[in-house]
Amino acid sequence: MLVVDRPGALALLQDLGRPGYAHLGVSPSGAADRAAHRLANRLVGNPESCATVETVLGGLVLTATELTWVAVTGAATEVVVNRTPTSSHTSLVLGAGDRLTITPPAQGLRNYLAVRGGFLAELVLGSRSTDVLSGLGPAPLTAGQQLATGHSELPLPDTDRAPARTPTRTLAVTPGPRADWFQPQAWSALLDRDWTVTADADRVAVRLEGPALDRRVHDELPSEGLIRGAVQVPSSGQPLIFGADHPVTGGYPVIAVLTSRAVDAAAQLRPGDRVRFGR
Amino acid sequence: MTEPTRRLLDYGTDAVLLECAGLADALGLLPLLPEIAPQVSEVVPGARTLLLRLSAPLGPKVRHRLLSVPGRPVSEHDRDPVTIDVDYSGADLTEVAQRTGLTTAEVVERHTGQLWSVAFCGFAPGFGYLRANDPGLEVPRRTTPRTRVPAGSVGLAGFWSGVYPRDAPGGWQLIGRTEATLWDLSADPPALLQPGGRVRFRAV
Repeated sequence: MLVVDRPGALALLQDLGRPGYAHLGVSPSGAADRAAHRLANRLVGNPESCATVETVLGGLVLTATELTWVAVTGAATEVVVNRTPTSSHTSLVLGAGDRLTITPPAQGLRNYLAVRGGFLAELVLGSRSTDVLSGLGPAPLTAGQQLATGHSELPLPDTDRAPARTPTRTLAVTPGPRADWFQPQAWSALLDRDWTVTADADRVAVRLEGPALDRRVHDELPSEGLIRGAVQVPSSGQPLIFGADHPVTGGYPVIAVLTSRAVDAAAQLRPGDRVRFGR
Repeated sequence: MTEPTRRLLDYGTDAVLLECAGLADALGLLPLLPEIAPQVSEVVPGARTLLLRLSAPLGPKVRHRLLSVPGRPVSEHDRDPVTIDVDYSGADLTEVAQRTGLTTAEVVERHTGQLWSVAFCGFAPGFGYLRANDPGLEVPRRTTPRTRVPAGSVGLAGFWSGVYPRDAPGGWQLIGRTEATLWDLSADPPALLQPGGRVRFRAV
């Protein structure tokens, strides 16, 4: 078991989400940076489907009650065990009473803490993920909360260290299903400039600031399905990137779609960051 | 005037958007998908589209079938309509009557006197967008949305009707309230309303 001393800005349980219910209005949810979540689990010898703790801007402090393996991935950052600084992207052993602190990352936004055996919580539609849009899943972590952990029968990996992905400022995209709803120059306008991440960024969407993207078709778009990584342009003309807790349908055109790797990179964007879209 | 035809639009590398001829076409095609395209792992219906998530790419034969196979006519669907009991005393009932040029009794009659189809779900778990065959209850959304619409509220917006599964902000015109449970995690499926289903509203 791990006990939360401080949750930091925001700490949520996440796993690989609850796909398969979008037709009932339920977002797939799950870890925003899926590659980091998977890696954290692998570093402690867990199946990738185990729940991790997803943090925003670090600050999470926990105390172990027994001998346990943990790993922190996501944005490269310092991790402190009691008073000893070590780093993310390595598996660590905590003894009973040891305190783990995730230092806020200097770049990037999210970290993933995996514990050997996974974090346990009630399953909601097959998942322990917190969906901030619908409210499904466990509540955010609070100080004093006890986090039960499971057991893994899998072997520990041969390596205890993994490379951190360098933060990227270019998000690879393909044209979206409604790219033809925009003026021809809108596509180059999307690709040829820096966009600024606004403070209005969360697990639902990352909203960007920049020049408006002009539409060619001004009809109302009948609501249609959305996916993680869709770049939608609402009435403001400023694009947003949908994340893990995206609404399942939307009535504004999607001009581009991020690749899977780019969606993970988008989960590490912080307000004020400059980002570009690329082919 | 030519009928709108279906189109397949790429949606990233692992999904396609199948734009159908209209709502009836999309709902008619929905039950046929597992046989036409087994590589579709999930379907998210929209107002006139089906978002298909793919476990493998679609080959040319499957693409052709998706674009040409006629949908199953709605009347052949086997599920019985769900009956939803409604107390028609919603805050906006009078305004809806004014906007449609009907009496409030006529508004209620239009709502209860025909079957509504669940076109798609969105906005919140268990929120079904309902469409009726007979038009005549088309009203705009409220100019100022309410910060809290109580759970069970029955509303209208555009040509859609819907029932709020839980308290939520909302801009729909509220004509009544139901005690029916729209979303129940302990039920399987957890949503009362699913795409392709039909609803009969009953005044109580």
